[in-house]
Amino acid sequence: MSEAVRTTYREALRQALREALLRDARVFLMGEDVGCYGGSYAVSKGLLEEFGEQRIRDTPLSESAFVGAGIGAAMNGMLPIVEVMTVNFSLLCLDQIVNNAATLRHMSGGQISVPLVIRMATGGGRQLAAQHSHSLEGWYAHIPGLRIVAPATLEDARGMLWTAICDPDPVILFENALLYNLEGELAADAGAVDIDCAAVRREGADLSLITYGGSLGKTMQAAAELAHEGIGAEVIDLRTLRPLDIGAILGSVRKTHRALIVDEGWKSGSLAAEVCTRIVEGAFYDLDAPVTRVCSREVPVPYAKHLEDAALPSVPAIVAAARRLTSGRD
Amino acid sequence: MPSLGADMEAGTLVEWQVKPGQRVKRGDVVAVVETDKGAVEVEIWDDAVVDQLLVEPGTKVPVGKVLARLRAEGEAPAPAGVAPREAEGLGAALSPVQPVRAPRLKVSPVARRRAEELGVDLALVKPSGPEGVISMGDVERSAQGRAASAAKPAALDKLAAMRQAIAAAMAKSKREIPHYYLGTSIDVSTAIGWLEQQNLKRPVTERVLLAALLLRSVAMALKEVPELNGFWVDGAFKPIQAVHLGVAIALRGGGLVAPAIHDADRKTVPQIMHALSDLVTRARGGALRSSELADATVTVTNLGEQGVEAVFGVIYPPQVALVGFGKVVERPWAERGGLYVRRVIHATLCADHRASVGHRGGQFLSALDRCLQEPEKL
Repeated sequence: MSEAVRTTYREALRQALREALLRDARVFLMGEDVGCYGGSYAVSKGLLEEFGEQRIRDTPLSESAFVGAGIGAAMNGMLPIVEVMTVNFSLLCLDQIVNNAATLRHMSGGQISVPLVIRMATGGGRQLAAQHSHSLEGWYAHIPGLRIVAPATLEDARGMLWTAICDPDPVILFENALLYNLEGELAADAGAVDIDCAAVRREGADLSLITYGGSLGKTMQAAAELAHEGIGAEVIDLRTLRPLDIGAILGSVRKTHRALIVDEGWKSGSLAAEVCTRIVEGAFYDLDAPVTRVCSREVPVPYAKHLEDAALPSVPAIVAAARRLTSGRD
Repeated sequence: MPSLGADMEAGTLVEWQVKPGQRVKRGDVVAVVETDKGAVEVEIWDDAVVDQLLVEPGTKVPVGKVLARLRAEGEAPAPAGVAPREAEGLGAALSPVQPVRAPRLKVSPVARRRAEELGVDLALVKPSGPEGVISMGDVERSAQGRAASAAKPAALDKLAAMRQAIAAAMAKSKREIPHYYLGTSIDVSTAIGWLEQQNLKRPVTERVLLAALLLRSVAMALKEVPELNGFWVDGAFKPIQAVHLGVAIALRGGGLVAPAIHDADRKTVPQIMHALSDLVTRARGGALRSSELADATVTVTNLGEQGVEAVFGVIYPPQVALVGFGKVVERPWAERGGLYVRRVIHATLCADHRASVGHRGGQFLSALDRCLQEPEKL
């Protein structure tokens, strides 16, 4: 184990991009403002200077065009990383992602691979209003042919990209925009990590808090508060939203007999709904209480700060739900 | 849910022995109900067709709850999906808003599974969680409590419940019934001699015991003193025409039941013998019928086998009398100026002074004595 260095989520992502660009000449980054501006969230700052215009490419404001170009490049032997500024804007290239990237291997009888990585910012909490704040990763997790990952820690920000690039099929990497400034210690030699398994971020015996991405921090904080009340919360970070690591989810629920899902998406037809259903299908007879969810309120995310705060999952809401869920326990 | 004893408040439906659409006739066993006194077969009182079964097996319901609905032969079945109403008239007035189905216990899935593993009766588990939901912890606590109080949990639980039921009935009896006690020694030499003669002519399996003769004599004597045969209800004595003799039967491992031999006054001695062995077998095997437990009009207890000479019992409410017999002993017996060795039994009467007086009680014991001196007339 090498020494740990102080870094940020943003910097970990940048180092992951650098590593990929250095390791394989087929890797290139493209998207809106990734070059001259250094990326809307400054993730690719300095990369244009280091790697040149051929490999750090600014694109026109046409998600459909540049994601489509990325798919074409991937089909022809390149390993493109395409950045879409936010998931809200990705709806403009939904056709490319869902109808092309996700389907071509299956429609070509395995002749065509699309080894494409798409990075997107997601999530609210920055007063950017409804058109820049939604969490639509659950939609993508609905689509066979895609792998959906959501790094929530520095290690995953640093390590998921290379593994995603190595995947012969399209992978979408969701970066919750509130995480970019996340600071912490990271091993100096941190590298690739798996993109198959969920992770137990905290162990506990009384209930399972199941979450991912931007909600992991809030959930960990809630678990710490619950510990003061004598409630042992286990925190599961899904990491990969499709395919779900159902074994890890069920394993935890079979131990704690109670599950609370924290998801910044809306409840209706959501990833949280899917996780809930999998639990009920796979561990019904292990449940000691109904599966519960803390999700965003069913409104377009508001601009006004107090309304936005009220609309998104919060630490007090998670703590309160966990308390209700465990009130009849031993 | 029939009342299978004055002390019964609720019973658990164990199984249905009929299906909707099935034709039943009076006396058919339609269901098995678990009570504090063990499993009891419930009989039907009317000839009819089973229309709907309203209670799921495994459900504990209070006495008086409708278990099933019958319809007359040829009548159309109740439309599906329409909640059947409580009986109209008196029944409806007594229980206006009782839902037809017993409220379903709220049990978490893992608690239900754990209860099965531990053999815990969910109806007895106290929920601690929100909205009265039974959690796994509640089940485990219940099992622990049970384990702490008993080495052999299930058996002792049942015994404890039966003990509770007996305690309640006996306490009520002593609290409310002004008992009086009479006793007399009866020479049963003639009766035993007659029985021995009779038994010589019978195959071993059909031999008659003195107990049957005693029961028959009690039934006949009661016909002469009807104020000992019936129930004290709502502050008044209600005589019963038929004599249903409750026979106290000690159960293996403890416990006591007193199921009835129906119409003992109209049965021959061999018939009573047959009924008695049947009752003892079924009581110990836990297969008594509802009517047998509910409607004894008087109880007879015989502790002779235990070496007891005289029994001073406690009346089983709402009955008004209990007849006790001790063991048959050889005694010096003075009669008509001579001294003989005779086989003698001590008979006692415990009676409710609200329903009868000692004078009539004495007449009952005299009649009993007379009957036993003329066994051939029984």
